[in-house]
Amino acid sequence: MTQNEQGLQGPPPEERPHPDGRRNSQGIRIDPAVEAEPRTRTALVSALVEHEPGVLARVSGLFSRRQFNIESLTVGPTTVEGNARITLVVEETEPGIDQVKKQLGKLKPVLSVGELGDRAIRSELVLLKVNGDEPDKVHAVTQMYDGETLDAGPRTITVQLTGTHDSIEDAIDAFRQFGIIEIARTGPTALARGDTPTTPGEKPAAEATLGVPATDGGDTAESTVADETQAETTN
Amino acid sequence: MKESASQTTADHSHDEPSAADPAETTPEADEERTKPAGPTPVTDGSTSVVRALENAGVQHAFGVQGGAIMPIYDALWDSDIEHITMAHEQGASHAADAYGVVAGTPGVALATSGPGATNLVTGIADANMDSDALLSLTGQVPSHMVGSDAFQETDTTGVTMPITKHNYFANSADTIGDTVGEAFALAESGRPGPTLVDLPKDVSFEETDVEPGEPTVPQNAEPPTTADAASIMAAARAIERAEKPLLLFGGGVIKANACETARAFARDLEIPVVTTMPGIGSFPEDDELCLSWAGMHGTGYANMAITHTDCLIGVGTRFDDRLTGGIDTFAPEAEVVHIDIDPAEISKNIHADYPCIGDAELVLNQLTAEIDHAPDAREWREQCQTWKTEYPMDYPVDEDAPLRPEFIVEAFDEATDDNTIVTTGVGQHQMWAAQYWTYTEPRTWVSSHGLGTMGYGLPAAIGARFAADDDQDVVCFDGDGSFLMTLQELSVAVREDLDITVAILNNEYVGMVRQWQDAFFDGRHMASEYNWMPEFDKMAQAFGAQGWRVDNYDEVAPAVEEALAYDGPSVIDFHIDPEANVYPMVASGAPNGQFALSEEQL
Repeated sequence: MTQNEQGLQGPPPEERPHPDGRRNSQGIRIDPAVEAEPRTRTALVSALVEHEPGVLARVSGLFSRRQFNIESLTVGPTTVEGNARITLVVEETEPGIDQVKKQLGKLKPVLSVGELGDRAIRSELVLLKVNGDEPDKVHAVTQMYDGETLDAGPRTITVQLTGTHDSIEDAIDAFRQFGIIEIARTGPTALARGDTPTTPGEKPAAEATLGVPATDGGDTAESTVADETQAETTN
Repeated sequence: MKESASQTTADHSHDEPSAADPAETTPEADEERTKPAGPTPVTDGSTSVVRALENAGVQHAFGVQGGAIMPIYDALWDSDIEHITMAHEQGASHAADAYGVVAGTPGVALATSGPGATNLVTGIADANMDSDALLSLTGQVPSHMVGSDAFQETDTTGVTMPITKHNYFANSADTIGDTVGEAFALAESGRPGPTLVDLPKDVSFEETDVEPGEPTVPQNAEPPTTADAASIMAAARAIERAEKPLLLFGGGVIKANACETARAFARDLEIPVVTTMPGIGSFPEDDELCLSWAGMHGTGYANMAITHTDCLIGVGTRFDDRLTGGIDTFAPEAEVVHIDIDPAEISKNIHADYPCIGDAELVLNQLTAEIDHAPDAREWREQCQTWKTEYPMDYPVDEDAPLRPEFIVEAFDEATDDNTIVTTGVGQHQMWAAQYWTYTEPRTWVSSHGLGTMGYGLPAAIGARFAADDDQDVVCFDGDGSFLMTLQELSVAVREDLDITVAILNNEYVGMVRQWQDAFFDGRHMASEYNWMPEFDKMAQAFGAQGWRVDNYDEVAPAVEEALAYDGPSVIDFHIDPEANVYPMVASGAPNGQFALSEEQL
């Protein structure tokens, strides 16, 4: 039995013309001479979601399986019953941040996604448990950083601080002198400044626009109608 | 030749659809007695589920019975929906997937909880990678036992979360039908994909008389339709000024039923076309403008064109790594116009200079209306034709050498009509089936692309058979290793007397691995020798199918003819050249234009 001829006919690779152009790892055409590593930045992303079972798993699973770098995630209810806001801090390249927003938007329970710029209001919270040997000094530092003492025991003092990421970092540094025993820290949560909705198209619940705290389910049908009218005129 | 042709024929008396078989006729007779005219009346969760499927127009469902899904199956007893019991749940998900590909409407797969659901997973993941509309319904342990590690409990929504478009846990009989309807609608809307509804047994049993409505896409999941005018204008200008324009049709063209529009677009503007593998059939491969498919094992001319184009118009493609080769060298001179219904695919892998988000057909129509004149690309078209002659897919046939797989694919293509459906497993045989068959119609190429699931071919042929027209042949090309993974489904083809033909390109290797070992692992054939395969022709007969074994060229045509003529499942075990390799080949991450034509060039 003879052997089959292997392979196909045609000019070999080295004899073929090949264009000089190149793309970077994001698939963007670049000048090869000035190629630089794409820079990452930190983005604050807010997602309005339906508060249904598993929604957090869907969001965190998305970040994990697509290898998006996530620094923090906070979640809580909004003015609309059944909705929740997830605030995320991600560290990605510019195309990576776009991809995060688009992939989030594809999740069925995600209603709206927006990125918050530098002008956004943001705050995070930290609980610090420090050695209680010098209560007066701890108290002084706590006051200096507008913190609050939540517990003062014979051996430990626990304080709460809120503020921006940087101010909390500064405060933690200041508390190190006492010996920090434990830290519990949230990521930032954030809202867009002024009239701008935090996520595109986001609207408050009807009763929220009345300017008074919603009562505990005691609203009548009449006031609901009024609320809706109010909401329409406000938006 | 070490063996002469041992063409074997099964005893015909076993193969004819036997009306005398009591096991087959009794349930049918019962069904006719009890089946009510009209839709299933809703009395509980499970009848609501079946009613929702009926509302969605479901005619076939593929699955396997089991404890937690029993109420749903019981409700199917009274329905006109034809249920096809598969041998294994993986077969059910592949069959339903392929059914959806051919029919253009979501396939439906059913399985029980635990192992039933986990066995579906490969097929769901496959559908997810290929954007195939697939609805899976899984039984679940009763709600109050969820989380207790009950018998046959698996966190099915948890397991399938990353591989479904969305999944649901049904928690009330009053809403279960609408949930199933929504899952069905979501599977086929926008960019299609798999969805799943997990059905706890108590909810299936729970009484309700709430009628489910028509399948409805959830409000915030409605897909985009047309692209914004500014994007269309910019893209149109880019196309008009291009000197080397190239259309890249992906599977999305077929899924959007946009083939006619896409063909007219290419022909009116005289722009050459390459397809992706899932895009095979979107544009006729015998058209002069067609350069067939690009990528790792695509044609040399398609890969040359995609390397040298200055304006690449991608439609319904996600620029998968098997298509692009190295990102750094992919279409390096091209401005990219990217038409896709999924915004998350825009600039995911390849930056889109002109993104056009919307339905393929509508966006192409928008572009047609906006484009003022065809690009001046006569020289480019001539260049593409030159590449076609420079890099032919021709191969010499030496009658004294072992069988060439390419010859077998071409023999089948010649012996069948243009509308014949080809399914495949995954591996070398899949590439030969894609390269050497001339596809001219959409939904005739049914394969596992993104996930690369060996064993897809046979269950896919079964699903495709149920969706195909009676005058369409269904041919499954499979490898020996791939066939071995799901061959138990042959029993289903025999039971249902399905007219399908399986052509095994048997090289006694898991051949693509062997090819890579020869090229990149010093020829060390670790775990790739498959010289322990059963005699597939005899095995086919034991199942009750027809079987042939072919070793020589002169046996090919008669076996192909007999197998196609046989009205039932048939299997031909072609013993091909075990050394045969797939070329052209772009090594992983290499430039497409540097495709190898032989092993020495890798």
